[in-house]
Amino acid sequence: MKHWIQNLSNQGVTRRGFLKGAAAGGFVMGVQFSPAGKIHPFSGLGKAHAAEGVELPTDAFTPNVFVAIDQKGVVTVVCHRSEMGQGIRTGIPQIVADELEADWKMVRVVQAEGDSKKYGNQYTDGSRSIRHNLQRMREFGATARSMLEQAAAQKMNVKVSDCKAVNHRVVHVPSGRSMGYGELASAASQLKIPSVKDVTLKSPSNFRYIGKPVDTIDGPDIVTGRAMYGIDKRLPNMLYAVIEHCPVTYGKVKSFDAKEAMKVPGVVKVIELPQTQPPIVFNTLGGIAVIAKNTWAADQGRKKLKIDWDYGPNVVYDSDKFKNDMAQTARNEAKVVRNEGDAVSAMGRASKVVKADFYIPHYAHATMEPPAAIANVKGGKCEVWSACQDGQAARSTVAGALGMDEKDVTSYVTLLGGAFGRKSKPDFAAEAALLSREMGAPVRVTWTREDDLQHAYYHTVCAQHVEAGLDSNGKCVAWHHRNVFPTIWSTFEQSDPEHGHKIELSLGYIDMPYQIPNLRLENGKAKAHVRIGWLRSVNNIPNAFVQNTVANMIAHETGRDPYDVLLELIGEDRVLDLSSTDYWNYDQTYDEYPIMTSRLKNVLRVAAGNAGYGRPMPEREAIGLAVHRSFTTYVAAAVHVKVSKDGKVTIPRVDIAYDGGLVVNPDRAKAQMEGACIYGMSAAWDCQITAKGGVVQQKNFPDYRVVRIMDAPREINVHQVDAGGSYPPGGIGEPGVPPFIPALTNAIFAATGKRITELPISNYDLSA
Amino acid sequence: MAISLKVNGKSQSVDVPAEMPLLWVLRDVLGMTGTKYGCGVAQCGACTVHVGGQAVRSCVLPVSAVKEPVTTIEGLSKQGDHAVQKAWLKHNVAQCGYCQTGQIMQAAAFLKSNPKPSDEEIDAAMQGNICRCGTYTRIRAAIKDAAGV
Ligand code: FES
Ligand code: FES
Repeated sequence: MKHWIQNLSNQGVTRRGFLKGAAAGGFVMGVQFSPAGKIHPFSGLGKAHAAEGVELPTDAFTPNVFVAIDQKGVVTVVCHRSEMGQGIRTGIPQIVADELEADWKMVRVVQAEGDSKKYGNQYTDGSRSIRHNLQRMREFGATARSMLEQAAAQKMNVKVSDCKAVNHRVVHVPSGRSMGYGELASAASQLKIPSVKDVTLKSPSNFRYIGKPVDTIDGPDIVTGRAMYGIDKRLPNMLYAVIEHCPVTYGKVKSFDAKEAMKVPGVVKVIELPQTQPPIVFNTLGGIAVIAKNTWAADQGRKKLKIDWDYGPNVVYDSDKFKNDMAQTARNEAKVVRNEGDAVSAMGRASKVVKADFYIPHYAHATMEPPAAIANVKGGKCEVWSACQDGQAARSTVAGALGMDEKDVTSYVTLLGGAFGRKSKPDFAAEAALLSREMGAPVRVTWTREDDLQHAYYHTVCAQHVEAGLDSNGKCVAWHHRNVFPTIWSTFEQSDPEHGHKIELSLGYIDMPYQIPNLRLENGKAKAHVRIGWLRSVNNIPNAFVQNTVANMIAHETGRDPYDVLLELIGEDRVLDLSSTDYWNYDQTYDEYPIMTSRLKNVLRVAAGNAGYGRPMPEREAIGLAVHRSFTTYVAAAVHVKVSKDGKVTIPRVDIAYDGGLVVNPDRAKAQMEGACIYGMSAAWDCQITAKGGVVQQKNFPDYRVVRIMDAPREINVHQVDAGGSYPPGGIGEPGVPPFIPALTNAIFAATGKRITELPISNYDLSA
Repeated sequence: MAISLKVNGKSQSVDVPAEMPLLWVLRDVLGMTGTKYGCGVAQCGACTVHVGGQAVRSCVLPVSAVKEPVTTIEGLSKQGDHAVQKAWLKHNVAQCGYCQTGQIMQAAAFLKSNPKPSDEEIDAAMQGNICRCGTYTRIRAAIKDAAGV
């Protein structure tokens, strides 16, 4: 297993060890002293679009692999995380440039190739880029700054303590004399690199770029069509491939006939791709590839293929039947994963029991750019360009597929046209590499939209059953909860574990924040029949939906306001005690990132307050609330809905309050929250992946109905709490999705009296 | 079959099957990758270009049916300074950016035909363009800004 999964299955030990190393300077030092080497800019300030593989000028000052300053004073910052719309190619340079006291106009960014030995880990998911790199990047910038100050002191023959770097120059404070960074670059490059503990970081009050809404670096390239994604990279003599994968997951080719396909003008060759033995991990699914002079010809050829498949055991997968089976499992005793007090006997004594069954379907990521990569295998080496969330994973996967040494594979990371967890899995890069080797030419693999929806690493499908026991005052005294879902680990282990992994169970399940004396959480078994993977927010989606819905049901049953009940359930200000559980805290120590109910309640108050919650509303109009902590960030949503008599839902306004500690770029964080509302809304509204006879039924956007502009909320107001950054940075990309969905369904309940316990909402008749 | 096209003011001759969609001629034959593939069935708008000033979905338009000059994102303006492009930058609309060339081409053609649109007209005009990153509220704001409404 690789990627976040891998670190997670190591119980975070590797990761924590790494972080500790970083803080102590141990591991980072190894990285820090190597030369910057080969980097490939996609865009930069003043220079829109250069080719890959540009060597830095040899006379550049390169104190570490992330920063270079040339004699013109141009600062190059290397971004080792993948850009998928979250703004990391702006965020990383913001941090480095801030500590470096660089003039933003003189900063450009280049994208690192996949090489985690050199850069540290590069898997861009789990909402962790800033969490895990803020400190490192500050240190890299500050180290460079301190060396420039030393160089200036030497050149001006003054005391270094009298020299101060200010906005791209080092000033000798007593005399006011100064030298520019370009003038100092070569002297600085002669100096010994100081130890990180001898470098002073800036005081946050002097931050120049951190915490500021800096414009997206790639913006100008994007609006002019110059931005390059995985699907766009071109090489001379390149061929184009599309691949027919078995309609049933893990099925195999029995035989095929390519005669008709070969007759299509432009088709060059038809190749069978081998199927990987389980576990599939990130390896190729196998299938029949059609290689042609252009993508369209390849696709025309593909339509003419005659393939006889051995569908294999997953042909039994029927999502309706599976739903019933899971619901059944959720009603029977299962593996206990958190247990406090005695929920079973307390339930027996309760004056009222609120019960409900829930269902959340599979989803596909449906990135606007489908998976795409290009590879060139030549002379025992391979170069690959892919829209992947981890250039290192693409490199290892490609090396594994080709049986090559990793050092012979260079893996370039393009911009990603959306990712959401799909592009963490570089199977498509391995396909391109295998085909390029076969063809002796560069090959680009493009997944069509149909391929993308029918062969995703799907978000798990989930059934849950909850019983909440109330005392005579309506207070919740017992909570008995079961969840059932096929595990991501089925994709990564030899045999399907069937139970949820501790990491999946830590995504909003065993860390349920309600203060209830008798609590029993269980996890039932389910088998996977498709590739299960992670999708933006992962299991937090079903878990936040269920908890926030039950809270709302309790309010309704007891005739109280949902806001009051939610606050009562969260209970006293405290740090949640999870010491008796096997909780995994998003690769952070619990000391550093404890779950604080005060922060949870605070965002709820801010969202409700700003939304004007509690004011009288016209008929069939209401505000719904929900709150959830995930990826170490606290988010509350207040969704205002109007439901017409004929059942059409519109959303005039959404208020999101988030507390993600220190935020590097508040505008990009705001954009992530806005986007999370739309992503959550798509999941809630009308999207689902279903299967019959093992075949996924959704083919393209007509039947995978993501939210379009007309249905989008009229207004999304994002409220940043803790703008002062008194807590360390939290995740930003994912935490907005989970609370949006129950806030929406709670609002629909308040407006219509229709309780939504299954998604998507489109299955309900909401008319009056 | 040799087909003549005018793309961004430049005459081009391409030797491709008559039914090949304009999208793939642009991307794979002419190497102009600013126009994107998203669905291939006229459902997402990623492939939007102008033909004779009208916004069209190039993924379903056979190249032989193109009779008027084509403008792609690369040719919308010389300096990337069309009012819509400027508004897009001002509002930091893009997240991943992949859908945005199609969104911009759609918005530019729309504002030409309807320079002072209402909110409802904006939504109706942009309904065919999916943004999976969810930039819709900023798209609306940028269009209104470009139109000065
Ligand atoms: S690619 Fe043409 S509309 Fe989607
Ligand atoms: S910005 Fe990513 S799909 Fe629109």
